[in-house]
Amino acid sequence: MTHDEALFEYTLRLGDTDVVLAQRLSEWVGHGPIIEEDIALTNVGLDLLGQGRMWLSYAGEIEARVKGHGRSEDELAFLRDGGAYRNAQLVEMPNGDFADTMARQFYFDQAHLLLLRALAQSADARIADIAAKAAKEVAYHAERSADWVVRLGDGTAESHARVQRALDNLWPYTGELFAADAVDRVLIEAGVAADAPALRAPWRATVERVLAEATLRMPAGEWMQGGNGRGGRQGVHTEHLGHLLTEMQFLQRAYPGARW
Amino acid sequence: MSNEWPLWEIFIRSQHGLAHKHVGSLHAPDAAMAVRNARDVYTRRNEGVSIWAVKSADIVASDPDERDALFEPSHDKVYRHPTFFPMPDGVKHL
Repeated sequence: MTHDEALFEYTLRLGDTDVVLAQRLSEWVGHGPIIEEDIALTNVGLDLLGQGRMWLSYAGEIEARVKGHGRSEDELAFLRDGGAYRNAQLVEMPNGDFADTMARQFYFDQAHLLLLRALAQSADARIADIAAKAAKEVAYHAERSADWVVRLGDGTAESHARVQRALDNLWPYTGELFAADAVDRVLIEAGVAADAPALRAPWRATVERVLAEATLRMPAGEWMQGGNGRGGRQGVHTEHLGHLLTEMQFLQRAYPGARW
Repeated sequence: MSNEWPLWEIFIRSQHGLAHKHVGSLHAPDAAMAVRNARDVYTRRNEGVSIWAVKSADIVASDPDERDALFEPSHDKVYRHPTFFPMPDGVKHL
């Protein structure tokens, strides 16, 4: 695997994870528990969409270097099937109730922030620039979702039970955020990618601190989804991604090249 | 206990504005979240550099029915405006 081949895969993983979670959050439009929260969830989604566009644009440029022709951000987002998507499985999990959405967001935001801060030091200047810009937005996301986990955890008996269940259910999907395969290793070696396995300990410390404040129990399972290099980042997805893409890609599939 | 979250009035100071201006209201369970919600609801288009949130219930307002008693007396007292003084030629920015 050449450096650029690995870089293409790596930027797709970053971009797809943002785009898929943005699509999930957009499903809350008009369904938020209150209008203020409806707007806040959508804002986070739009931030992620903007970041996803930057990663996918860059991925397309790298693809052009590798193959002579690179796809645009739109082609990459709207004309790839599920098996070609490289997002972590965590972000394709369904919204469920508000606690499910916030638990997913909390796990992801804390890891995302650590990842972007590491990538801001990347030897690849373009990656460093995008990451530094995105980290400012994600610092707010991380604070907001942690705050909600605390509020739900030490809220009512029902909110406590629901967010605990959500955290337990999603726990096995967090391992993939800190996995490293051949793609990662080539780029970690080059100082381009973040050393994801090294982010697990600080992530875990943050999660433990927030859950303790929220009077919630830390999920205990050791077994993780997507291990052995067969996770979303390698194109192996849950059944949920296909449904999400069907909706997200409908327009470009039904009316190819449509613009407005 | 009411299930409705209390109402907050939101004031934003814009980039070049000197004072916070009232921009609207929103619901939030406490002060911290009122500021956070205000950030999401009212500063999405780069409007502000500072946010104040005040519980609507804490605002003391004048009674519209007392409008005449409060404000009418000043209508015919033009001498309260500083417009009756000849300005020296050298004074600028007035």
